[in-house]
Amino acid sequence: MINYTLPEFLVDRDRDRCIQCGVCVRQCANEVHFFAPDGASLRTDDAKCVNCQRCATLCPTHAISIRKNPNQLRESANWQPQLIREIYKQADTGGVLLSGMGNPQNYPVYWDKLLLNASQVTNPSIDPLREPMETRVMIGRKPDSLNFVCDAKTPREKCSINSPGSRLAEPLPPQLELKTPILFSAMSFGSISLNAQKSLAMAAQRLGTVFNCGEGGLHADLLPYAKNCVVQVASGRFGVYRDYLMNSAAIEIKVGQGAKPGIGGHLPGEKVNEEVSKTRRIPEGTDALSPAPHHDIYSIEDLRQLIFALKEATNYTKPVFVKIAAVHNAAAIASGTARAGADAIIIDGFRGGTGAAPTRVRDNVGIPVELALAVIDQRLRDEGIRHHVSLIATGSIRCSTDVVKAIALGADAVYIASAALISIGCHLCRNCYTGKCNWGIATQREDLTRRLNPEEMSLRAENLIHAWTHELTEIMGGMGINAIDSLRGNRLMLRGIGLSQKELDLLGVLHAGE
Amino acid sequence: MKKVYPREEWCLGCKLCEVYCAAAHSRTGDLISAFKQEPKKPVSRIVVEGNTQHSIAISCRHCTAAPCVESCITGAMQRRPDGSIGCDETRCVGCMTCVLVCPFGAVHKGEGNKTISKCDLCTERGTPTCVEHCPAFALVYQENEEGGR
Repeated sequence: MINYTLPEFLVDRDRDRCIQCGVCVRQCANEVHFFAPDGASLRTDDAKCVNCQRCATLCPTHAISIRKNPNQLRESANWQPQLIREIYKQADTGGVLLSGMGNPQNYPVYWDKLLLNASQVTNPSIDPLREPMETRVMIGRKPDSLNFVCDAKTPREKCSINSPGSRLAEPLPPQLELKTPILFSAMSFGSISLNAQKSLAMAAQRLGTVFNCGEGGLHADLLPYAKNCVVQVASGRFGVYRDYLMNSAAIEIKVGQGAKPGIGGHLPGEKVNEEVSKTRRIPEGTDALSPAPHHDIYSIEDLRQLIFALKEATNYTKPVFVKIAAVHNAAAIASGTARAGADAIIIDGFRGGTGAAPTRVRDNVGIPVELALAVIDQRLRDEGIRHHVSLIATGSIRCSTDVVKAIALGADAVYIASAALISIGCHLCRNCYTGKCNWGIATQREDLTRRLNPEEMSLRAENLIHAWTHELTEIMGGMGINAIDSLRGNRLMLRGIGLSQKELDLLGVLHAGE
Repeated sequence: MKKVYPREEWCLGCKLCEVYCAAAHSRTGDLISAFKQEPKKPVSRIVVEGNTQHSIAISCRHCTAAPCVESCITGAMQRRPDGSIGCDETRCVGCMTCVLVCPFGAVHKGEGNKTISKCDLCTERGTPTCVEHCPAFALVYQENEEGGR
């Protein structure tokens, strides 16, 4: 049969540099490189290359370069080559197209169209290296007012924070205290390797932030890090039991995911090995189906029931988050979620990553997180319930200025996942769903997962957050702001550039120059 | 004394340690020259046993009671002042007794025919080159097997 799809990439080997050491052969899980029958010269099967750069990175003489195949189909602005390739693929297989990682299509990135302010003359900027700078955030519901009691004789209304022996009349709702407003987002054991999870867990513990174990349960090896783990309760309810909830930093109900709103998940039975089976608490070899909806949530009232069931189960000691994908009615959904009793809402934009999603859904469903975040923050403020929930923005936060802009648009904190994976070696080849990740991240193959050493990789993830937090304080200092709390929702620190009036209105920012 | 310890659970079997070791001990010390231009094929002092599923990089253990030193017929194999074991190539006659007696198979026939080659811990370079270039952190240079780096 003719293979209609030409290799997407060509692998070039500089013969003057190649020493035939065979590292590329031994490192490529896609079997692109191989020794010719003579055992000495090297060959490549370009069609198998996914451009993950593992061979090029490890080649000791940098003899390998990977380039786009110049042999392209005839250009058309309408029939883009990618569309034609996908039709060939579907004609071959008859299946739904799958993709990994975030939406790569050319939609506007609003982070890149927002500019930041800095102090000049009339208000002093702050040097974060010499003056205190607060990056700590408290995630959770804040009370409407603080009431105090002091000694037994004084009536409650006369007690204040300054009264001798005063204490809070009612306990504060559970708060998650983080040393930096950057959290590691949900990635399950199954979608990523245990070593990848462990790397982030170790980094989170040292940084005083949290990681999220995703919907696949918490592996026994991660129990020492449970205090820094947000545990997920998703539609499949995998691995959920009392200790899972009680050991956590917080509980997250996953309603939707930015990369595939409205879509569930399916971990094929072949991948449910002993470890996955133990962690997910399902029999070995059975398909792990995450339904598209939670079958017990068909309304805000149902969501409230689940939130309070989880709060009840944990004796009201854990904040309960609700994660929703950014979709058309995000503001109304968030308002309902806040009223349902969530302690925090995670808004996952349409550029968020995934291990596997139907390509058409990933590339077309959902809205940008910047717009969703801005309208949700505004809606909650208008309704006077913004303090009832914390907002966590996610879905392709790429650098520290994205963090600053997200917080200025109204987020309390941000979740990062793709950036965290990139820090431990991901090269964004977007083939996570093949299970052959050469960087040992999106795979369960033991010879590949061994490529990630958590002791060393956690240092890289830690470095990244450390660097971003440092940049965050530098930028805040420049604005004359000394605490995250003063930046949150401070949209005067933002100006749009090249945006329409409608976009500016939705984002709630002025145009540059205004 | 600091030695190179392999960590089997992390070894990928990529054999980059062999490549860098061989090049570092070649005449020019340059990767491409060593493998493509030098007349004698460079020999690595560290050898990866196994395959990409299970592997371990083996190099001289610098044993406390070293069979190679005890069995050397010319006294070429000696313990150096720093505790490591080295071969005095001016005395070595290439009898290969040390190659035969090494319980780890860590002494190899050298380039050409005369002498042997074994791990010298890259004493002239500082950190052993295999440790420096291991992409998986599967080789550590430390005081004892348990100790941190």
